[in-house]
Amino acid sequence: MPKVTIDNVEIEVPEGTTILQAARMIGERDKADRHVVPPAMCYYSSLKTSGGYCRTCIVKVSQGSTKDPRPMPKPVASCRTTVMDGMVVQNTTSPELLDARKGVTEFLLINHPLDCPICDQAGECHLQDLGYEHGAEGSRYEFERRTFDPIDIGDTIKLHMTRCILCYRCVKVAEQLTDGRVHGVINRGDVSEISTYIQQAVENDFSGNMIDVCPVGALTDKTFRFASRVWYTKPVDAHRTCENSKCTGKVVLWLKGNEVLRVTGRKDQWGEVESFICNTCRFDKKDVKHWTVEGPRHLDRHSVISANHYELQQKQKLLTKAAPESTPVGRPKEIGQG
Amino acid sequence: MARKLLLEHDNKPGIQGLEGYRANGGYRSVEKALRTMSPEAVLEEVKKSGLRGRGGAGFPTGLKWSFMAKPPGVPRYLVVNADESEPGTFKDRYLMERIPHILIEGMITSSFALGANVSYIYIRGEYFYIYRILERAIEEARAAGWLGKNILGSGFDHDVHVQVGAGAYICGEETALLESLEGKRGNPRIKPPFPAVKGLYGCPTVVNNVETIAAVVPIVNDGGEEYAKIGIGKSTGTKLISAGGNINKPGVYEIDLGITCEEFLNSDEWCGGVQGRALKAVVPGGSSVPIIPAELYFKTAAGEARLMTYESLSDGGFATGSMLGSGGFYAYNDAQCIVRSTWNHTRFYAHESCGQCSPCREGTGWMEKVLHRIENGEGRLEDIDLLWDIQRKIEGNTICPLGDAAAWPVASAIRHFRDEFEYHVYHPQKVKDPKHFEKTPFVRKPKTVAA
Repeated sequence: MPKVTIDNVEIEVPEGTTILQAARMIGERDKADRHVVPPAMCYYSSLKTSGGYCRTCIVKVSQGSTKDPRPMPKPVASCRTTVMDGMVVQNTTSPELLDARKGVTEFLLINHPLDCPICDQAGECHLQDLGYEHGAEGSRYEFERRTFDPIDIGDTIKLHMTRCILCYRCVKVAEQLTDGRVHGVINRGDVSEISTYIQQAVENDFSGNMIDVCPVGALTDKTFRFASRVWYTKPVDAHRTCENSKCTGKVVLWLKGNEVLRVTGRKDQWGEVESFICNTCRFDKKDVKHWTVEGPRHLDRHSVISANHYELQQKQKLLTKAAPESTPVGRPKEIGQG
Repeated sequence: MARKLLLEHDNKPGIQGLEGYRANGGYRSVEKALRTMSPEAVLEEVKKSGLRGRGGAGFPTGLKWSFMAKPPGVPRYLVVNADESEPGTFKDRYLMERIPHILIEGMITSSFALGANVSYIYIRGEYFYIYRILERAIEEARAAGWLGKNILGSGFDHDVHVQVGAGAYICGEETALLESLEGKRGNPRIKPPFPAVKGLYGCPTVVNNVETIAAVVPIVNDGGEEYAKIGIGKSTGTKLISAGGNINKPGVYEIDLGITCEEFLNSDEWCGGVQGRALKAVVPGGSSVPIIPAELYFKTAAGEARLMTYESLSDGGFATGSMLGSGGFYAYNDAQCIVRSTWNHTRFYAHESCGQCSPCREGTGWMEKVLHRIENGEGRLEDIDLLWDIQRKIEGNTICPLGDAAAWPVASAIRHFRDEFEYHVYHPQKVKDPKHFEKTPFVRKPKTVAA
């Protein structure tokens, strides 16, 4: 089994593991080492061929392998690069790499509308997290931001193309989960957009998962639109026996009182859903009586939603433990980290 | 008169047709390879010739071919990249238009060496008239038995298909080309796996430039060692250069790699000198290679005469050198504005970025807007530093080389012509006239560049 060192933390991983997966294994092994995990905006472990587009997960490979110790000339996308035995990877310990990632973050934000105050995704948005951790305090972009003509893609999903960062995750969902893909990326360059070919609705049993995989607020739940800020809702784990054999029925209910405002899949500590759910569970079962509630959802992401979870203070002590020999530059934000 | 290997017969009557081509020694390499040589022997000749990819990167062709995976029972493909979309490059167009059969001949011989029974020509949509020429040539070759089953009784089957692209620059990148050939959106693939392992339809594929494949013909005819005698060091053979810009004799020229840059620019045999005015700068290999000022074009930073070779042109790295690239040579006289030209290049890359990865998608558009502002006299001094920072953050962080190609011209323009950018900032009224340097050329202060 290949041994890889990421930011001076060593781990042994199975053959064919990517650098990002290895870093997440380190993070799962010891929460104090979570700083080695690069951010990922387009990679999604349960979607094949995802990743490689957003370039936020780039890392510096300072030693290729034991056999060939030469460093790789350019930063590589950690989500699409498999580890070699003896590989040495620098994520937060390399100032040049952090500078490059800052650049990628800036690129992602120059055309983003920054309409967080009216965006339903605010509070659980990966781009917000990325901006906090790796962005600059202001933008150097002074031109008019790109806009798109609004497209209606159906009664349940709202597409806000201006917020999109073109991660291709929703395209992969449509390709790999649903019966037929009717939407995709059209045009090219900075005017490329997610769209349906000759305006039509995106309709099938699993289309709602596009909302869950979307890292930003480009795809949001129309049935939850402007209902509440996510941090005012109370997430609980729940399940039901779903008639659809492909759906596990394991969900998170976002409650306000006893009212179910929204149903989503269960997201793990990396912000990825554990199992995909069908549209019936997501959009139609908006009453607690349909569900067996298991208990409060533990949110394990450094996000605004987890801000009121006081058990975090305990964890904070663990997180502030210094990483061995790491420069202070790359330490992720300490406050509010789950 | 210099030696010509590819363009020897380009003006002979009837060379476009099979008969005229045969009368001038055409298809000899197919006869030689299929009758007297093994595929390994052909590969060996190509390796010995030291032929390097003519599409821009200059990767050794023999080495590329030997990387091709050969799993049993899986078809292999040869794909010819005729998506010549680099601004300033038009050599393949001339070659395919004048002598279409040399490409088909090269494809048969190369496919024999690679063990490919089907090969494709991916040609850009703007060359639709050449598509017709190629189709006619393929029909002729097929009727005469050069394509099809059991060519020359050797038991080797081969067929060639032409596919027209829709005119996207990115489809000249080999994996985007393969995606487009498969009928998908032309987005570059993430490498590895490389096409030699998993290419067209998931099968081992070699993608080569038109000129590279055509060069296989003289290599097989005369032997790899003979070919390697031309040129200097690792730059062997002849190269087609498409010369343009402010020179007296623009056109496609076949040069021996290794002639001096000065000879190429000033000799009457080639470019015939700079039009009217003094030389300001040169782009030696197509729009994506760094632009270099006149003094660095003639002499390297170390003071040696610069030669038209892969090594000599890139001598000094990007600080003082450039690249041979695809051979799209163009010269600027002192009436030209470097800022305007850089803006024009960047506008092209912003338009042609595929939009897949964020640095290129967002960065190229941003650079275009900033350059447009400077060129129109609305720029500020800090815009120059901003541009430098944007290009630095695009370069090396993208999936495919388009990001680098967009960043290098901007980087080199700022590196060598920063004072001209500053002039645009300080004299907004003067630069509002699009031909601002025509009456009063901009005089650069001579700069000493460290080697």
